[in-house]
Amino acid sequence: MDESMIVGKNHLRVDAWEKVTGNAKFTNDYTAPGLLFARLVTSPFAHAKIKSIDTSLALKLPGTKAVLTGQHFPFLTGSLLKDRPVLAVEKVRYHGEPVAVVVAKSDHEAKLAAEAIQVEYEPLPVVNTVLDALAEGAPLIHENLGMYKVVKPAAPEPNTNIAHRQKIRKGNMEKGWANSEVVVEASFSYPKSDHAAMETRCIRAQISAGGNVTIYSASQSPFVIKKLISRYFNVDAGKITVHTPFVGGSFGGKAAVCLEFIAYMASKAVNGKEVKLVISREQDMLSAPCHIGLEAKVKLGCTKDGLIQAAELSYWFDGGAYADQGLAIARAGAVDCTGPYHIENVWCDSLCVYTNRPYATSFRGFGHSELMFAIERAIDMMAKKLNIDPLVLRQKNAIRAGNTTPTQVVLTRSNIGSLIKCLSRLKEIINWDEGARIEIDENKVRAKGIGCLWKAPTSAPNATSGAVLSFNNDGSVNLSIGAVELGQGTKTVLAQIVAERLKMDMSKVHVTMEVDTRTNPEHWKTVASTATFMVGNAALEAVKDVIAQLRQVGSVALRCSPEQLEVGYEKVYLKHNPNIFIEIKDMAAGFMFPNGNAVGGQLIGRGNFIMQHLSHLDPTTGRGVPGPTWTVGAQAIEIELDKRDFTYKILRAASVIDAGKVINYKTAESVTMGGMCMGLSIASQEGFQFDSNGLVQNPNFRSYKLMRLTDIPEYIVEFVETPQIDGPYGARGLGEHGVIGIPGALANSLSIAVGGELNRLPLTPENIWKQVRGDSK
Amino acid sequence: MPEKKMYNLYVNDEEASVVARPSDTLLHVLRDQLGLTGAKPGCENGDCDACTVLVDGKPIKSCLMLAIEAEGKHVKTIEGLKNTRIQKAFVENWAIQCGYCTPGFIMNGFALLNQHSNPDSETINDWLSGNLCRCMGYAEIKAAIKSVMTSDHADKSS
Ligand code: FES
Ligand code: FES
Repeated sequence: MDESMIVGKNHLRVDAWEKVTGNAKFTNDYTAPGLLFARLVTSPFAHAKIKSIDTSLALKLPGTKAVLTGQHFPFLTGSLLKDRPVLAVEKVRYHGEPVAVVVAKSDHEAKLAAEAIQVEYEPLPVVNTVLDALAEGAPLIHENLGMYKVVKPAAPEPNTNIAHRQKIRKGNMEKGWANSEVVVEASFSYPKSDHAAMETRCIRAQISAGGNVTIYSASQSPFVIKKLISRYFNVDAGKITVHTPFVGGSFGGKAAVCLEFIAYMASKAVNGKEVKLVISREQDMLSAPCHIGLEAKVKLGCTKDGLIQAAELSYWFDGGAYADQGLAIARAGAVDCTGPYHIENVWCDSLCVYTNRPYATSFRGFGHSELMFAIERAIDMMAKKLNIDPLVLRQKNAIRAGNTTPTQVVLTRSNIGSLIKCLSRLKEIINWDEGARIEIDENKVRAKGIGCLWKAPTSAPNATSGAVLSFNNDGSVNLSIGAVELGQGTKTVLAQIVAERLKMDMSKVHVTMEVDTRTNPEHWKTVASTATFMVGNAALEAVKDVIAQLRQVGSVALRCSPEQLEVGYEKVYLKHNPNIFIEIKDMAAGFMFPNGNAVGGQLIGRGNFIMQHLSHLDPTTGRGVPGPTWTVGAQAIEIELDKRDFTYKILRAASVIDAGKVINYKTAESVTMGGMCMGLSIASQEGFQFDSNGLVQNPNFRSYKLMRLTDIPEYIVEFVETPQIDGPYGARGLGEHGVIGIPGALANSLSIAVGGELNRLPLTPENIWKQVRGDSK
Repeated sequence: MPEKKMYNLYVNDEEASVVARPSDTLLHVLRDQLGLTGAKPGCENGDCDACTVLVDGKPIKSCLMLAIEAEGKHVKTIEGLKNTRIQKAFVENWAIQCGYCTPGFIMNGFALLNQHSNPDSETINDWLSGNLCRCMGYAEIKAAIKSVMTSDHADKSS
């Protein structure tokens, strides 16, 4: 086996067989005699006073064990701003908000009890859109906003519906506009939607007589659950164990901690017995946090030859009823507000706005597919006005080493990669030169549109990760990590990284699948495409540690110096004479000489990682270092449109992403195609439909349409490899990125096809027709 | 509350007695009483096919069928497939991410290939358009199904 025998190869997924046989266990796949079941009672109003809650009928039912309402949770929660009661208190702020929880002997009885709870409401005026929320005299969703506790840098504006405002002030706007010969200005709209992971959220909680708390949750953040349960319920963190088995998709939605609090209290209400809180699809879409929406205003100024001079950007993220991660999304949106373009003069106000809509949390791309939709559309509008090829305009302005980002980070080749290379490759693979718009016949037109992407992971500045290696007596290695397998293939990729460095066969690397916060080293949370970077670096540290130990013990056993030894192929051997060696299996639990003397002891490798050189953003200018690196890419969509009724077929979808180093092309391709499909789904047909009272009209898969196998285009996925020097084997994060440029690319292709400006998603034929006709909504 | 009743199903070629209410779905009886959790609830509304099992050889959304309707019938779940070509094809084509939709796709695909050994694209679309996957772009799944067509699908002994 030579160097790079494993990294860069298409190894099969390590979890594949478990998943094709039905063996893989998800949180909801567990039941046991005596298990109790909890169900939620949720609000049928988007904004209403709770006048009374009558639980007496429910409590009289034979199977009912307990009923809890908001009064049982006398505190507010929120990871950045504490604005959310666990169960509604005094009023409800969105359709689907949990108002009560019942615990019963069976799921069936829990449902009956939930239906028997009577809540009397008094409707309040509904704030249905961000524009309503920001209007003069708008009803306040949080009257006490000024009194809420701010946990992390957050800037709520009391007596308004603004949960946070992130400012970017870079360069000199006056100068920027003075240098601009052509200006484009437009508004864009990206609807609120849902993560729609196939597995709905599910939690089990149990409290032992000794006070040990055990939680099973379909989550991206088991370690955060532990911290928050400890904080809110005053339990020693060491007494809490959180388990996360396989997770059935999440896309950011299972990073939020919310239902875990309800499950914990439900168990507490029944003397600590194990309780399973099951969430129906409708509740998963409504009650649990959803995908943020965006209203944007973009103004770009450009010289006649296509160099962008100034950008004025207003991003109003529709955070819904509670801030949750919406606040951090507004911040992330500001950080990368210009898209991957070099612009000297930037003004941006990125707001997280409260509305009476389901509240948002992180979603794949963390605000970037939303802002990139606005930016990419504006770039195409600019290209049209300048009469420059839109791909050329992007190439001219593509950000690169030496440029600065909106938060004034000076970029290097390592941390920005090469958008230019991505664009030139994209140009070839989509045959851009044949023309962006081709008339097929009198009714049909074929068109291509481009959308670029970039994203930095905006983690906590001190986000940390760890890895522990131990060995079995067959010489194989166990990799213990705290990152969750959400489907992205993280366990496979991390096993490859370890196998490569140990020069060991993949079949000899066993990764822990379930996460157990008591035995696995902490991993911040499995979000922001950072698992390969963070855990991968920790795992390499652990391998380094193990190799040092093997050399040390090997030097005693082989009577040489540690420096003379090499590790690989399940052996420790002399560099200059590989025939002199000891097998790792004979050292896994210490090495024993023929006479019975022993040295070494168990081999245990440990490695850790912490983000470095990140800083908080300056509140007035946004200056600061938000993340360690960016991933850039260029995407394109080709469609065929029928001009008569605006129906269209998506023919091709292409992505070229700078992956730094592709560890496993097949998993990288699959994750990227998944992101592209999701982006197409969101942009073409998804989105919650609200009635005038703020009620969601489509909280199910019958009326909320997702892409199906029949709708898919031909995919083309390629990667450029500009190494990220501090990434494992040079790899960059890419889990989220497939989605980011797609909505913009689809809207650009359709805009080119219809010869208009389609700036409001989703692009259903009806919506296209309305926009072509000039309706504002 | 309606009385529970005991009745027999044949699941994965074995007789199984279950005790259930008349309103219990096949999905819940398989999962909760027989421990066969491969069939997944995705919507419990007939919209996603994650719960697909075979009843007398035909793919059925087990969230829409009452367990009592399956009385005396032969039910096959993903746990009843052993080393079939289609399972192998999903592994070898990376047609899996989170794996939640996988059992439903495999059961539908297995039934499809039993009825059409060489389905064209349109037939594949017809059979699999009911299955939702949120992780993948579906291309891998199509490739997995197609790869089985060109090899010998039938490991019908399993
Ligand atoms: S759970 Fe049966 S179709 Fe979705
Ligand atoms: S693999 Fe996750 S839903 Fe299909």
